[in-house]
Amino acid sequence: MPIELKMPALSPTMEEGTLAKWLVKEGDSVSSGDLLAEIETDKATMEFEAVDEGVITKLLVAEGTDGVKVGTVIAVIAGEDDDSASASKAAPAAPKAEAAAPPPPPPAAAPVASAPAPTPATASADERIKASPLARRIAAERGVDLSQISGSGPNGRIVKQDVEAAIGGASAAPQAASAPQAAPAPKPAPVAAIETDIPHEVVKLSNMRKTIARRLTESKQQVPHIYLTVDVRLDALLKLRAELNASLESRGVKLSVNDMLVKALALSLIQVPKCNVSFAGDTMLQYSRADISVAVSVPTGLITPIVKGADSKTLSVISTEISELAGRAKEGKLQPHEYQGGTASISNMGMMGIKQFEAVINPPQGMILAIGAGEKRPYIVDDALAIATVMSATGSFDHRAIDGADGAELMKVFKELVEKPLGLVA
Amino acid sequence: MSNYDLIVLGSGPGGYVAAIRAAQLGLKTAIVERENLGGICLNWGCIPTKALLRSAEIYHYMQHAGDYGLTASNISADIDAVVKRSRGVAKQLNQGVTHLMKKNKITVHMGDGKLTAPGKLSVTKDGKVEELTAKNIIIATGARARDLPFAPADGKRIWTYRHAMVPPEMPKKLLVIGSGAIGIEFASFYNDMGAEVTVVEMMDRIVPVEDADVSTFLEKSLKKQGMTIMTGAGVESLKATATGVSAAIKGKDGTVVNGEYSHCIVAIGIVPNTENIGLEALGITTTKGHIDTDPMCRTNVPGIWAIGDVTAPPWLAHKASHEGVIAAEAIAGGHPHAMDPKNIPGCTYCHPQVASVGLTEAKAKEAGYDVKVGNFPFIGNGKAIALGEAEGFIKTVFDAKTGELLGAHMVGAEVTELIQGYTIGKTAELVEADFMHTVFPHPTLSEMMHESVLGAYGKMLHM
Repeated sequence: MPIELKMPALSPTMEEGTLAKWLVKEGDSVSSGDLLAEIETDKATMEFEAVDEGVITKLLVAEGTDGVKVGTVIAVIAGEDDDSASASKAAPAAPKAEAAAPPPPPPAAAPVASAPAPTPATASADERIKASPLARRIAAERGVDLSQISGSGPNGRIVKQDVEAAIGGASAAPQAASAPQAAPAPKPAPVAAIETDIPHEVVKLSNMRKTIARRLTESKQQVPHIYLTVDVRLDALLKLRAELNASLESRGVKLSVNDMLVKALALSLIQVPKCNVSFAGDTMLQYSRADISVAVSVPTGLITPIVKGADSKTLSVISTEISELAGRAKEGKLQPHEYQGGTASISNMGMMGIKQFEAVINPPQGMILAIGAGEKRPYIVDDALAIATVMSATGSFDHRAIDGADGAELMKVFKELVEKPLGLVA
Repeated sequence: MSNYDLIVLGSGPGGYVAAIRAAQLGLKTAIVERENLGGICLNWGCIPTKALLRSAEIYHYMQHAGDYGLTASNISADIDAVVKRSRGVAKQLNQGVTHLMKKNKITVHMGDGKLTAPGKLSVTKDGKVEELTAKNIIIATGARARDLPFAPADGKRIWTYRHAMVPPEMPKKLLVIGSGAIGIEFASFYNDMGAEVTVVEMMDRIVPVEDADVSTFLEKSLKKQGMTIMTGAGVESLKATATGVSAAIKGKDGTVVNGEYSHCIVAIGIVPNTENIGLEALGITTTKGHIDTDPMCRTNVPGIWAIGDVTAPPWLAHKASHEGVIAAEAIAGGHPHAMDPKNIPGCTYCHPQVASVGLTEAKAKEAGYDVKVGNFPFIGNGKAIALGEAEGFIKTVFDAKTGELLGAHMVGAEVTELIQGYTIGKTAELVEADFMHTVFPHPTLSEMMHESVLGAYGKMLHM
């Protein structure tokens, strides 16, 4: 009896998948447990194992074919007693089954009934992924592609925490989700496939890139932003920084301007609590502590480690924490609790010479502060033209929760704290 | 003035291990100790009590020689000789630590250490003060027994663990207040040695941090051995007299019972040693007296670190040692892995022994897990029967959704040596299938660990 191999459902939600790679060819004999193919679902790439013994007589779906429905016959195995002739009789059934599949958009996916056409498709997945059994199981159940996760365990092993971070941290323990957390990730709106004859290369998105895409889209679609810009004179802060750094040298601490701005923002949020909020539908969370997310760009995208309680931490503690967090962020070693949460964000592009910009709010936070470059500008002091070091800072506020006047108040307090910076150390 | 890369304040199992690791990583390291190298653990805690309990265990076997077809007559216990052996064991290990400090070129400063500024520490010994400086300082000053506010320990009739370890005489009728690991171990020791023992516990069950099934089982077992156990009970008053102590104990039903005992051991918890070490001047923050730290053992003051009992729970020697390594590696510029408290095992060496790791069944349910529970009794294990130790069980708690081992709870012979198997499994994030696929040697008590996992999934073989 020939045995028809059907497209398996590799996760409870799987309806169709991509036949990424055949690991056998026609004529191979296989036994139970042998790997037959790699199948990519909407979420992960998984291996498809043989259950029966026999000889592969036909591969009916070519490598790289997208949108193969669960249950479609993808290959035929001749049982031990069969001759291949009887097996080939089964073949005609297959193309019909395949025709039932929806017309897959990418041109490479044209149904091929007979010989597997070589396709450029997937990168080699031979590389063994280091992951704990628990991490593998959670990844399989939640449809997470382990190859897109960097491991924080010994020797880069992927552990439970890494998978949960990739999912979005919602599942550490199955506690009730807190209100402001975004609902289970709606996928980014489908973007039309781009057809072009411009020479190009298709780059697969990392999970971090997908998350960034989804969250920024959500933010811009759902959060009405307002932008308020102030010019802030930096001379006093720079002078104080130089003095502090001279006295902190023996402790091995070197404050950056950004460290001081983090503190200034935190203190401003405490002084103007109406801006230290999260909009949560019918309610609003009013935070009594300022946890500042600091945007750090990393090779794969951007991550925002958090300085918790920055309003009550000293500048030297903030500085040490940020450099340590940023260091580990670049190595991909942050733990979820170190970058999830926060009550407001700061993003600084001053070092790249950006004069002024508007940043996108990181929901459920209520605001983000965009810092431009500190530069010498002509400045009016006591009705006379002078030179001062000035930067532009722009707050983006969630207008559902924060009124313009309150946002303006925050920017004013921030400006005063930076221009009279002794308040940062008292 | 001596200058170091690292000074460790306190040489218990946290401090001395931190110093060794730091020295191995090339840091110029000093350790400050006011009393004995090795701290409480080696000198007055974990190790010498194990020596005492071993004597009690052998005494117990001698009394039950007949069960094994043997005869022993004129059996008696000499408490002084038992204590002497225990002190000998402590001394041997104390010398071992001295040797380890020397071998790793760690300078030992004996005296009372006090932080005077970031990077500065003074050591006072016999009125002489020595100033030390270091880039980093680890506070590892540990903790001590908590006294009853109305009846502080006097060492004569009212004891802490420390007095109980070197008793002036064998107690005839002993009251033990508190049924955590320390209280229960001494209760078990003195019970085996022939004292009449009463345990008073405020919570509704003994060893209250353990799984409720373990508490129930242990209570029954200790009662069978002749112990009196009062749960949900509190000591209202305690007075030392010339001949003993008199206590008023308020029972579960609210009635107060007066009792006379020869001695009393107070084991109601610990107090961190945070006095006179300069915490306030530096602004180091604490919670309920214990120093606040991050997962890398940093305090809120840069350059000052803290590990072990002086920080947050669990207050266990092996947690302190592990933190010592984490802190030393972080100081040396490494990126050590933070410790997961759910993977720290706990052991109580009473008779029968108790060991556990991870969440209890109740805690797992509280956290919202849908659980699968396995429970295998010692009576179903060949080795346990052959040993004459057919009392106890091994319980496992799995997350039904992911197969994660959430917790393991054991009571019975030698379980303190078994728990490590599950701890490795938890740390490596094995799931139920991995435990099931593991071959356990026959005949061993460890086979019960296999059976318990099989049982959680309805595949138990020997019951």
